[in-house]
Amino acid sequence: MDGGGSNHGAPPSNRPAIETEGLCKSYKDVQALRSVDLRVEPGTVLGLLGPNGAGKTTAVRILTTLLPPTGGSARVAGLDVVADAAALRAKIGLAGQYAAVDENLTGTENLEMVGRLYHIGRAESRGRARELLERFDLTDAGERLVRTYSGGMRRRLDLAAALVARPPVLFLDEPTTGLDPRSRIGLWETIEDRVAAGTTVLLTTQYLDEADRLADRIAVIDHGSVIAEGSSDDLKGRLGGERLEVTLEDRSQAEAGVTALSEICREPPSVEDGIVRVPVRRHQGVIAEAVRRLDAEGVGIDDIVVRRPTLDDVFLTLTGRPPEPEDGDQEQATGEHAIEREPIG
Amino acid sequence: MTALRYAVSDAGVLAVRSLKRIPRQPDLLTGYTIQPVMFVLLFVYVFGGAIQTPGYEDYADFLLPGIIVQTMAFGGFVTALGLSEDLRKGLVDRFRSLPMARSAVLTGRTFADIALNALSLAVMIAVGLVVGFAFSSSPLEVVAGIGLMLLIGYAFSWIFAFIGLIVSSPESANAFGFILIFPLTFASSAFVPPESMPDWLQTFAADINPFSTMVDAARALFVGGPAGNDVWGATLWCLGLIAVFSTLAVHRYRRAVTR
Ligand SMILES: Nc1ncnc2c1ncn2[C@@H]1O[C@H](COP(=O)(O)OP(=O)(O)O)[C@@H](O)[C@H]1O
Ligand SMILES: [Mg+2]
Repeated sequence: MDGGGSNHGAPPSNRPAIETEGLCKSYKDVQALRSVDLRVEPGTVLGLLGPNGAGKTTAVRILTTLLPPTGGSARVAGLDVVADAAALRAKIGLAGQYAAVDENLTGTENLEMVGRLYHIGRAESRGRARELLERFDLTDAGERLVRTYSGGMRRRLDLAAALVARPPVLFLDEPTTGLDPRSRIGLWETIEDRVAAGTTVLLTTQYLDEADRLADRIAVIDHGSVIAEGSSDDLKGRLGGERLEVTLEDRSQAEAGVTALSEICREPPSVEDGIVRVPVRRHQGVIAEAVRRLDAEGVGIDDIVVRRPTLDDVFLTLTGRPPEPEDGDQEQATGEHAIEREPIG
Repeated sequence: MTALRYAVSDAGVLAVRSLKRIPRQPDLLTGYTIQPVMFVLLFVYVFGGAIQTPGYEDYADFLLPGIIVQTMAFGGFVTALGLSEDLRKGLVDRFRSLPMARSAVLTGRTFADIALNALSLAVMIAVGLVVGFAFSSSPLEVVAGIGLMLLIGYAFSWIFAFIGLIVSSPESANAFGFILIFPLTFASSAFVPPESMPDWLQTFAADINPFSTMVDAARALFVGGPAGNDVWGATLWCLGLIAVFSTLAVHRYRRAVTR
């Protein structure tokens, strides 16, 4: 940042970059947030994980000064989101849930405009725009009007806009929803770069694998309350991690199947309707290993699949009930594409 | 001090943004050029022969100031459409999260409207001159008249800014603008002398409707019609509208959230 110095990402030492205390927000008849306490250390990533309607966007809006809280307090980069809102805006970047870009400007013009509005200067804005377009694979489209962009391209441009001023604290609301796998990985790498450079990130997601990959800590939110908080390993420990599901050709071989797989289990397997469920540690080659062992014991396999824990599992484990998204949005259904990432919620 | 500097430069950045889209949306450009020309031609040639305008040799002399004021009043319409679209697309969320002046999104748009209105004004005067209109006041008065027209346009831009922020979609901004402002422009001295209207309407058109004040001021400055206090009256109306609606719109903008 010109003028602003490059000592970014360093709020006064040991102060959390984001801190909320008893944060509440109620709309007329909905309590969107009920006393949320969060703490994000500088230079780390918090994943706010929850189904549709959990209150993720509301939290992001309050922390980015767009909405006043109805109770509690929040500080970002050491600044109060209400009292110091004006000063705070210079220190944050926001990519909202839906791409907020001007259709009638080109990609380059969009980024330059945002840079100018962060007051980083004309030349600097131009340089950053070029750099970010390249980073997000939009160089060729940079001089085209955004109304000709695909949904994924708009999304990427929107994220680039959040990064133009290299703000020390970034808020990303479901940043990869609607992105193809390649762009998703590109975005993850960009976020990791920013974090390595000292940026603090709060990202919301409905995808456990995204939180797993990026977040140092994960807060699971449901109906406006944080129902679990910890590192990815902490949570996975509570969830039971991945399971291998083997459908047997012959139900009567269940006993033999369990014996064959006992050595790759983390916990004792369960058997139900000819399906053996085996909690495993995540590692490559577990399917091959299992097939080899079952084959050696002469156990016939009808189907074999690795299932990752889904948010449904989180909810089942944490609340004893499945999540109930209240919504009109068409969220991707939780599917059985076990090896693929599973949408949750 | 820096706050003021940023308020101006941020508004500049956003005014440029608004202006850039003009050549990229040809329908918009049509609204500012072809449409007013069409109105001038239709009124002059369709109604011109039937409307009696005592004191004016040519209907074009009577009409042009009126139709210019009407066009200026609708010029800010893009501001309502644009703001309502910015709200819907989430751009307002982005702007409100940036360390920019709170007023800039609105002043940027209303400034850009001035440029568009100047374009319409130039086109209409040119066409007016072709169909028989002639200035019959001093050059200074003409210049003052052009200034007043742009001021009128600017005042209505703020009304439209407020409308854009309170309606739920660009479509309702459209309806709102038409229902509210269109009848006002017709029940005025813009197109026919109020003396030809029924008594009850005449009272409104001649004495109450601020639109008539603005039109009469335009006539005074362009064709030397009877001025009275119309020029001052119109200026005061504009300043009052700007004061009230810019306050309302900025207040509304601060609390606006994407729908
Ligand atoms: N402007 C609003 N007015 C009323 N209720 C709202 C508004 N915005 C969000 N809500 C409600 O608040 C809750 C949390 O919404 P949100 O924060 O958008 O959840 P998420 O981002 O996790 O999907 C939901 O029940 C939603 O319907
Ligand atoms: Mg959301």
